[in-house]
Amino acid sequence: MLSSILSTGFAIGAIYALIAVTYNVMFSASRVMSFTAGQVGMLGGVFGAWFILRLHLPIVAGFPLTLLTCAGIGVLTEIVAVRPVMAGLEKHLYVLSTLALALMMQQFTAIEWSTEPQPFPRIVGGGFAPDEKFWLPLLACAAVILGLELLYRRTLVGRAFLAIAEDNYAARALGLPERDLRMAGFALAGAIAGLAGFAGGQLLLASIANGPMLNFYGFVPVALGGLGNNRGAIAGGLLLGLFQQAANFLVGGVLVSVAVFAAFIVVLMAAPQGLFGTPPMRRV
Amino acid sequence: MRSRVAALPYVLIFAAATAIPLAGDDYLVVIATRAAVYWVLVSGLNLVVGFAGQLAIGWVSLLTIGAYTTSIIVARDWLGPLPALAVAGVAGALAGVLVGLPALRLRTFYFAMTTLGFATIVTQVALAWTEVTGGGIGITGPALPAPLDSQTGFYLFCLALAAVCTWMTLNIAASRFGRALVGLRDAEVAAEAMGISKANLLVMVFLFSGATAAVAGGLFATLQSYITPDAFTFDLSVLFFIAILIGGRGSVLGPLLGTVLLTALPEFAAPLVAWSTFLYAALLLVIVIALPGGIADLLDQRRRRKLPEDRLVVPRPDLVPSLIAPQPDRPAMILSGVRLSFGAVRAIDGLDLMLRPGEVHGLIGPNGSGKTTTLNVISGFSVPQEGEVRIGDAPLPGGATQTRAGLGIARTFQTPRAIGEASVRENVMIGGTIEGRASFAECVLALPRHRRDEATLRAQAERCLRIVGLEALADERADRLQHSELRFMEVARALMLCPAFLLLDEPAAGLSADEITRLGALIKAVKEAGCGVLLVEHHADLIFEICDRVTVLNLGRELAAGTPSEIRAHREVVSAYLGG
Repeated sequence: MLSSILSTGFAIGAIYALIAVTYNVMFSASRVMSFTAGQVGMLGGVFGAWFILRLHLPIVAGFPLTLLTCAGIGVLTEIVAVRPVMAGLEKHLYVLSTLALALMMQQFTAIEWSTEPQPFPRIVGGGFAPDEKFWLPLLACAAVILGLELLYRRTLVGRAFLAIAEDNYAARALGLPERDLRMAGFALAGAIAGLAGFAGGQLLLASIANGPMLNFYGFVPVALGGLGNNRGAIAGGLLLGLFQQAANFLVGGVLVSVAVFAAFIVVLMAAPQGLFGTPPMRRV
Repeated sequence: MRSRVAALPYVLIFAAATAIPLAGDDYLVVIATRAAVYWVLVSGLNLVVGFAGQLAIGWVSLLTIGAYTTSIIVARDWLGPLPALAVAGVAGALAGVLVGLPALRLRTFYFAMTTLGFATIVTQVALAWTEVTGGGIGITGPALPAPLDSQTGFYLFCLALAAVCTWMTLNIAASRFGRALVGLRDAEVAAEAMGISKANLLVMVFLFSGATAAVAGGLFATLQSYITPDAFTFDLSVLFFIAILIGGRGSVLGPLLGTVLLTALPEFAAPLVAWSTFLYAALLLVIVIALPGGIADLLDQRRRRKLPEDRLVVPRPDLVPSLIAPQPDRPAMILSGVRLSFGAVRAIDGLDLMLRPGEVHGLIGPNGSGKTTTLNVISGFSVPQEGEVRIGDAPLPGGATQTRAGLGIARTFQTPRAIGEASVRENVMIGGTIEGRASFAECVLALPRHRRDEATLRAQAERCLRIVGLEALADERADRLQHSELRFMEVARALMLCPAFLLLDEPAAGLSADEITRLGALIKAVKEAGCGVLLVEHHADLIFEICDRVTVLNLGRELAAGTPSEIRAHREVVSAYLGG
C-alpha cells in the first residue's frame, strides 16, 4: 500500500508540479495567469494519443510533434488572448480572455476528439519495475527543472526572461524585446504543459476531463508556493500528489477533494500571496 | 419622468414574455420558462459580477444547492414545495457567503479559481452522498401545487419571480449600495476612503445573489422534473457568467437581454446545440477584446452625445457656507512622531504636524519626500511603525481606512480615481455613502427611508456640483470628462461629507493657470467655513497664496515649518527646493 501511495502520489504530483511551472513561466513572461495552462496539459495527452495511436507515427516523431503543437498553442494563446488585452487599459481582463480561449479548447476537443477517456500508448516498453507510467512524469519534471535552471542561469535569453519578470519597465527601457520574449515564454510554457500531459498520458489517459482538473490542481501549488516561485511550485505539486493519494487510501472518495479545497482556501485566506511569496507594499 | 422612460424597456420585455403562451407553441413556453429561471439566478449574480466586478465563474454550484435542497425537502415530505423554495433561498444565501468569502482577500484569477473549485466539490458531493441525493441515479424534482402545475401556470410563476428579481436588482443598482459596489470595482481605494466597507457590502450582495441562485435552482428542479449531478454542468456556469459580460457590466438591462439571447439562440439553430458553449466562449473573447462594455455600452446614448468643447469650470466659492456650517471649538488633527519605512526606505522619519480647523496647511517638498505617504498615514492606507495620528485626544486606529470618512476626513488622489461608466452625479453621490440611513433590505424593496436617502444624497450632490462648477455636466459619464474636470469632481465628492478635514493630493496638477486661481479661491472658501485643509502641492504660487502654514519635507523629515513668508525666506528651502 505504501509503495502504491508513493509511486502514484509522486507521479501525479510531478504532473501537477509541471502545470504549476507552466503557470509560473507564463506569469514571469507577462504577469498573466492563464486558464489555458491545464487545458494545454490535457492537449499534451490528446495529441500524443492522436499522433501515435491514430496516425501511427513512431514515438520519436510523435513526441516532438506533440511538444511543438503545444508550444504553438502557447503562441496562439499569447497572440489571441493576451496581446490584445495587454495593449488595452484594463489588463486584468486577461482572466476573461484566457478563460474564453480555454473553454474553446476544451469544447473543440470534446467535439472533435471524444468526451470519453481514450488510451495512451506505452512509450519505453519493456518490463521495468515500477512501471514506466509512474516514473515518466518524474523524469519529465526533473528534465524541466534542469532545463529551466540551465536556461535561466546560463543563457542570455534566460537572463532576459528573468529581467522581464523582475521589472518589466526597466527591462523594456534597456531595450529588451518584451513582446518577443513574452511570445517565447508562452511557447515554452505550452511545451512544458504538453510534456506534462504526454508524460502523464498513461496515468491520466487522453481525456478532456483532465483540462479543468489540471487547471485547478496545477494552480494549488502555485497559489500555496507563491506566484512565480518554481521551487515552491514543484515542492507543492509533489506534496499535493502525495497528500491526495494518501488521503485516497485512508479516507477515500469525495472527502479528499473537499479536504484539498478546504486547505487551499484556508491557506490562501491566511496568506493571499502564498506561503513563500511577498505581499505587495503600496496601493495608493 | 426619467424613471418612467428608464422602465420602458423592462415593461416591454415582460409584456412580450407574458404573451408567449398565447402563441400556442409548447416548446416555446419551455424555452421561455428556462430563460426566466436562468434570469432569476443571473439577476443576482449580476450584482456580484457586473457591479462588484468579482469573477465568480462557478455559480452553478448555488443552482445545484438550491435544486437539491428543494427536491430533498419535498421528496421527504418535510415541507410543501413553496416553503421548500424559501428554505432553499436561505440555504443559498448562506452558501453564497461561503463561496464569496474568499473574495474579501483574493483577487481576480485566484477568486475565480476558488469558485471553480467549489463548483467541482458540490457536484462531487451530490454524486457521492447517495443516501440523500440519490447519487448518479438522481432525485425527483418538486411538483408545484395547482394552478402552478400546468405548463403555463409554472411559466407565469417563474416570470413573476423574474420580474420581482429585476425590480429588486434595479432598486439596488440605483441605491447607495449599488454605487458603492461599482465604486469598489473601479476605484477601490477611493471607495474605502469614503467609508465603504468592502466586507459588509460584499457579504450582503453574496447573501442576496446566493438566495436568488438557489431559488432558481428549485425552479430548475421543477422544470427538469428529475435531477442528476449531470444536469449541473460547468457549461451552465459559463452561460450565466457570459450572459452578464455580453450584457455589459454595471447594467441590468444588458444582462437581461444577454440571458434571453444565450438561452434562445441554440434552440433556434439546432445544428449549433453541440457547439453552443464553444460559441459562447468565442463571443466572450470577442466582447472582451472589442467591446468590454457589452450590449449596455451599445445602448448607452450618453456615449454619443456631444459635449461643448469650450466649456469652463467656474466654481462658486460663495456657496460653500450653505454646505458647511462653521462649528466653533473643533479639535485639531495632530501627527506626532510618525515613522514609516518601506523596507530600507524611510518614507517618513519622525514627523510632527498639526492641522488646525479653519486653516490651510501646505505640505511641500521634492518627489519622494513623504508627502503622499503622510496623507496615506492619515487616511489609513499606510500604518506607521511608530507615532500616532489623533484628532483632539482621540487616536485614529492605524489602517482601518473605512473609519476615516465617519471621522469627517475626506481626501482626493494624485491621479483622480473616478468611475468612468457612472455619471458625474453618481460619482459625487458616492462621496456621501455613509450618510445613508436605509439598510440593504430597505433598498432592495425601495422602502420610504431608502427613497428619502436618495433624495437627500441627490440634493447634496447637486449642491456640491454647483459649488465646484460642474452642475452642467452632472448627467454625463465621468470617462468623458477632461482631466481638470475630474479634479474638480473629486473635490465635489470629498465635499459630500461636509468634512472637518480635507486632504488634497496635488489638486492643481494638470490645471491651467486660470483654473488654479479658481481652485485657490474655492479652497479658501472651504477653509473659511471651518474645515482644516491639508494641501500637498508643487505649485509654489498656489501654496504661498492660500496657505496659513507650510511644512517643508525632505527625505521624510521636516526641513522647515512656518508661515508662507517665513518659508519663502528660509535659505535651505530656497536652495533645496524652491530655487531662486
